[in-house]
Amino acid sequence: MSVASIPAPAPAATLRVARDAWIIRLAVVLLVAWLLLTIALPLWALLSKSFQNASGQLVGLANYVRYFSTPTLYGSVFNSVAVALVTTVIVIPLAFAYAYALTRSRMPCRGLFYAGALLPLFAPSLLPAISLIYLFGNQGLLKGLLFGGSIYGAGGIIVAQVFYCFPHALIIAVTALALADARLYEVAAALGTRSARVFRTVTLPGAKFGLVNAAFVVFTLVVTDFGIPKVVGGQFNVLATDAYKQVVGQQNFEMGAVVGMVLLLPAVLAFAIDRIVQRRQVALLSARAVPYEPKAGGLRDVALTGYCLIVVALLIGVLGTAIWASFISYWPYNLSLTLRNYDFGTFDQSGWMSYRNSVVLAAGAAAIGTAIVFTGAYLIEKTKVLTAGRMLAHLLAMLPMAVPGLVLGLGYVFFVNAGWNPLNVLYGTLIVLIVNCIAHFYTVAHITALTALKQIDPEFESVAASLKVPFWRTFRRVTVPICMPAILDIAVYLFVNALTTVSAVIFLYGADTKLAAIAIVHMDEAGATAGAAAMASVIVATALAVKLMHILLDRVLFMRLQAWRKR
Amino acid sequence: MNVPVKSAASAAGPAAAPFLRIRGLSKRFGRFTALQDISLDIPPGDFVCFLGPSGCGKTTLLRAIAGLDPQDEGRIEIAGRDVSRLPPAARDFGIVFQSYALFPNLTVAANVGYGLVNRRAARAAIEARVTELLALVGLPDQGGKYPAQLSGGQQQRVALARALATAPGLLLLDEPLSALDARVRLRLRDEIKTLQRRLGVTTIMVTHDQEEALAMADLIVVMNQGVIEQVGSPQEIYRKPATAFVADFVGTMTFLDAEVSGPMSLRVGAIDLACPDAGRFQTGSVVRIGLRPEEIRVRNLDHLTPNRIITKVAMLDFLGSFCRAHLKPEAAPDVTILADFSLNLMRDLAVMQGQRLTVGLPPESLRLFAKSS
Repeated sequence: MSVASIPAPAPAATLRVARDAWIIRLAVVLLVAWLLLTIALPLWALLSKSFQNASGQLVGLANYVRYFSTPTLYGSVFNSVAVALVTTVIVIPLAFAYAYALTRSRMPCRGLFYAGALLPLFAPSLLPAISLIYLFGNQGLLKGLLFGGSIYGAGGIIVAQVFYCFPHALIIAVTALALADARLYEVAAALGTRSARVFRTVTLPGAKFGLVNAAFVVFTLVVTDFGIPKVVGGQFNVLATDAYKQVVGQQNFEMGAVVGMVLLLPAVLAFAIDRIVQRRQVALLSARAVPYEPKAGGLRDVALTGYCLIVVALLIGVLGTAIWASFISYWPYNLSLTLRNYDFGTFDQSGWMSYRNSVVLAAGAAAIGTAIVFTGAYLIEKTKVLTAGRMLAHLLAMLPMAVPGLVLGLGYVFFVNAGWNPLNVLYGTLIVLIVNCIAHFYTVAHITALTALKQIDPEFESVAASLKVPFWRTFRRVTVPICMPAILDIAVYLFVNALTTVSAVIFLYGADTKLAAIAIVHMDEAGATAGAAAMASVIVATALAVKLMHILLDRVLFMRLQAWRKR
Repeated sequence: MNVPVKSAASAAGPAAAPFLRIRGLSKRFGRFTALQDISLDIPPGDFVCFLGPSGCGKTTLLRAIAGLDPQDEGRIEIAGRDVSRLPPAARDFGIVFQSYALFPNLTVAANVGYGLVNRRAARAAIEARVTELLALVGLPDQGGKYPAQLSGGQQQRVALARALATAPGLLLLDEPLSALDARVRLRLRDEIKTLQRRLGVTTIMVTHDQEEALAMADLIVVMNQGVIEQVGSPQEIYRKPATAFVADFVGTMTFLDAEVSGPMSLRVGAIDLACPDAGRFQTGSVVRIGLRPEEIRVRNLDHLTPNRIITKVAMLDFLGSFCRAHLKPEAAPDVTILADFSLNLMRDLAVMQGQRLTVGLPPESLRLFAKSS
């Protein structure tokens, strides 16, 4: 055998193996340190701030007592919850019906209908609010429809939130309805069941948990959103705008912290109940299930197509209004098209810089965040050292899902600004913004990475060990290439969200790091609604462009670099 | 309970020092004891099978030897070196998993050469070695393909080539043939055995298929519920099972309850049977008799033949090259004895269902085991 021509492993091999094990240990420790620093400590800073007075002394529950004895303050709790409940009750049936049309009928162009309904995901939450102002505001095109009422207030918030939350609910509803076992429907048909009863006893129960999950997601989104109530809320106080007023308006950080803690409650509650409900979910598809193929339904399909057309037209119409309005010279008197509104310098001091900052933030969050999330997930899932540390890291990674962006942002304000913190020199810089965005959107990215890693054969690491190949070589040559589609998904997710978020960043920007979303808020505050609409349109265009690039890249990647997937 | 270690004569000769030595190995998962005080010697160059039902600990033992799931107590020595505390990368073994774990995004050649690239050898030397290995496993021109383009049997051979590339001292196979269909399994069985004999590498294979173990192994380690029941060559395991479990697990066995009626006799219901082994047990105690179906005698029976009984053929199972008859003795109708008859014999004696048949149970074929409650 010519194995003699291959040099045998050096005696130092054992040392190298030990060294690799220590590198992994160090990496896990660094991961835990990062997650503690970026997720746990800011939340701790928020919590402790709510128990302090203005000079930093602990005053127990005094702030909370003051909060709950001021009707104007705690009234917002009721307002936020009420608005969230109404929105949920409206959005869930709408989204469910749309998802039913997409998955259970033979409607034409289902792909386009789905893509169209997801468009609001690429816009900041402010966009529907701005459109509503153009349509129903004081100079609104359709103002007459309100019969003297005003769009500013609870009504406006609800309508805007419905548009904003619809795609989030739709994605969950589609996933829930897409999993269907054809055999159940065949059995029902064989027993002569009427379609209404089939819907009630087979379809609905199967989608039950998805609907509950969607309801909680929508509820949390509405309670914690800042952009919409800021633009179109008028005098209607909600928790999110309260926090903003306390911290930015009155510089009352302690009260702001209390509002932040109160804001945390509905989110955490929704998250906890959702987890409990999910645990009781039975597997919808056993290994022997047959995928459901919807049958052509004639009249039902026509009705569903009509419904979807109306919904998608409304969605695109509302979004399109703001984009169209950004090209209008002087609404509603001079409707000629112009690019004047895109000269942001005339409305806002930072001009196009805020857009540049947003893109840099999004790109930074995507690049750094993807690396940290994927490497972290690899360490948690595929290594065997420091089990307690890895479990702690996983727990911390799941935490941000229950924390609203506003709350985390507040936590960062207190944490980074604290006198004792050596990092307070970073306050107001892009670095803090990037770190905050990565932390805020960590959970979904983390779960995506874990799911992809779990699908790889668990014995790759054992094989590499038996062949004495260091773990990082296998990571580079095998794990990352196989998971490349998921890695791209994570990067695009982080980019689009960092670009369009308002709540997460409203407290953290500095003088030279104003972001596009914040510029929109300021321009709207100053009455330059056209400029705000223009900036929002630019964000939408950028997000869509990146998404298109992602789709193309996926195709290219699939064709060329992932040819090994084909049989 | 631990059966004393037996090392059978191996290819290297009975005096060779054991290549793999395990002493007092135990492993627990929480409250559940997966392995209990395992001690074992494996001679160099042997093909060893860990055989047992699901959950008996055979895969756990294999993974403990590899260092993938380290043991709680015990010592493992490979080639005289104590590896008990070493991580897998510091031990010297190659491993093939049931799922093959081939890297799907690398070509077959890249997979096979994966462990060689690490040694900073010249590219030409690595390519030569890979070509040599692929020829060895019977896949000479498949180097450029991806695993998804190969059949199950071919993937398995690539996994084998990859494990052998670094010329390890020990080859570990974790149920490598389970995922293949019957025909391919039979062919690969021969190929693996031939390859092992040619290379002379000490091999341990985990399997639950006793036929596979009998066909391939030089040494079989029968395990049950975390302990070793018996260690021996296939002939020893089959002909002289040490416990009732081994007797039942390997091959087919008829079990009868009997009472020891004298130093050389047993009583089953109303039947008296002569058995030289009965002296091992106290008179009056209850024992289990184990009897292989192929040992029942039907031809050339005369009045001198010991243990002659008259039976009725209750059922005949047609199994291709032979029939398995369920015989019920007239003197003990609750008892069923299994007997294998070749088709020739069936024809000669015109054996049919419901027929009376006189059979003989050779005394030396009656294996006795203590009756566990």
